[in-house]
Amino acid sequence: MSPVVELEHVHVQLGGRPILVDISLALDAGAFSVLLGPNGAGKSTLLKLLLGLLPPATGTVRVLGRPPRRGNPAIGYAPQHRELEADLALRARDVVGFGLDGHRWGLGWPSRARTATIDRALEEVGATAFADAPIGQLSGGEQQRLLIAQALLTNPRLLLLDEPLANLDLAYQQEMVRLIAAVCHLRQVTVILVAHDINPLLPVTDCVIYLANGRSAIGPPAAVITSATLSQLYDAPVEVVEALGRVFVVGVET
Amino acid sequence: MFEPFQYAFLQNALLAGSAVAVVAAVVGYFLILRGLTFAGHALGHIGFAGAAGAVLLQVDPLYGLLAFTLTAAVGIGLLGQEIRERDITIGIIMMLMLGLGLLFLSLYAGYAERAYSILFGTILGISQHDVLVTGLFSLLTLGVLGGLWRPLLFSSVDPEVAKARGVPVRRLRVLFLVLVAITVSVAVQVVGILLIFTLLVGPPATAVRLARTPGRALGLAVTLGLAYTWLGILLAANSPWPASFFIAALSFGVYLPVRLLALGWARRRPAPPALGVKVESEHPVGS
Repeated sequence: MSPVVELEHVHVQLGGRPILVDISLALDAGAFSVLLGPNGAGKSTLLKLLLGLLPPATGTVRVLGRPPRRGNPAIGYAPQHRELEADLALRARDVVGFGLDGHRWGLGWPSRARTATIDRALEEVGATAFADAPIGQLSGGEQQRLLIAQALLTNPRLLLLDEPLANLDLAYQQEMVRLIAAVCHLRQVTVILVAHDINPLLPVTDCVIYLANGRSAIGPPAAVITSATLSQLYDAPVEVVEALGRVFVVGVET
Repeated sequence: MFEPFQYAFLQNALLAGSAVAVVAAVVGYFLILRGLTFAGHALGHIGFAGAAGAVLLQVDPLYGLLAFTLTAAVGIGLLGQEIRERDITIGIIMMLMLGLGLLFLSLYAGYAERAYSILFGTILGISQHDVLVTGLFSLLTLGVLGGLWRPLLFSSVDPEVAKARGVPVRRLRVLFLVLVAITVSVAVQVVGILLIFTLLVGPPATAVRLARTPGRALGLAVTLGLAYTWLGILLAANSPWPASFFIAALSFGVYLPVRLLALGWARRRPAPPALGVKVESEHPVGS
């Protein structure tokens, strides 16, 4: 089986500055990958590359065996979340509905099939209770669930989630991780999730893609998050410490 | 008893006013969604220079309005999404245009009267031809908005995902601003440049605070816009005061209590129960 995502010697430059330097990776179908790295390391850039929003300077990118293209329904995408304003006259289900037909022209009339599809997606992410609530009155975590439901509506084979755990407290983070892992396991979706902290994700992570200094280290968490690998990546002494069942990286100035 | 519909000038006023009220409410809803209300306001002022230039050249002010607002709309559309930077640029261009408009008017001999009608509208003095032009432009704008509805709504709320889903976000933004320019240009003869906000932003600003779905917000905005316009025109026809004043006063008079009450409604939903104790980590991996 060919990999879902394949990068070969990819270089990306933004405004003349190299962001990604010679990155190669291959992700298998159904893998749960976590994209880590300091701010500005190119995590969001990598997602944009896969979405076809950004061309590589050199190298080849293949998503589901083909070059990336915008509007690919086989990719679900939830960007880094910004709080939606209170007065938009939009319910939770309206926002989720964008994932289904928001890109189509015309007015779009409500139909029973459409409502049913949206209801299923809302149920999948545990958002049924606030399906009809105004979007502006929902918490960050609730809005995050909606963005994931929205991204799932086209039945994607690859799900790209940019910092879905940001601004959530630890308990909610764990709940969100359980939710994402369960949904993706059920649907056999390949996931790339951008995060700042691997700890809540450790139980479900198959693969870590660690970006720093334009370079990358890829492999199972136990192989990548080690003092040796990260010291090499950062080009500076880095110590990985385990305490209270969690891992910490010490010595990195970010 | 006063019979409003037997007078041609009142019929014209009600017809043109209705067309403008409907299209302004729909366009204004998207202006609010996109945080572009200042651009809508500025387009009116930019149109002032165009209208004054047209008066100076002795052509229909509508042509001048369209020429200036359409050019500005494309420019603003290409400026991009960053609101703060964009609004400063728009403000500076608007300032230049106001200066130009003043110059054009001072060069024109019949200064006061024409300036007054451009600034404040002359709803009770418009011709059948004006009604036809207003109606046509309004229908055209509504038709295009209908075609753009879903991607426009999507890209207004979440431009990033819309872009990833293949929506031509940038082109939509420019096209939408072109529609705003057309709306502002035809609305000028009804409410004037200074009061463009009353029909463009007033009704939808009230509607988004009351309605929960885009469809209902739109319906309510159109209803409010029509009500303000009709009431304003009928009140003006029976009093020495101008219609634009009544429309603006009604718009504000409805918005204010809704705004104050909506503050209370927003707090009504109880906060969700806390899931657990918040624990901060010192140095999470990856940060």
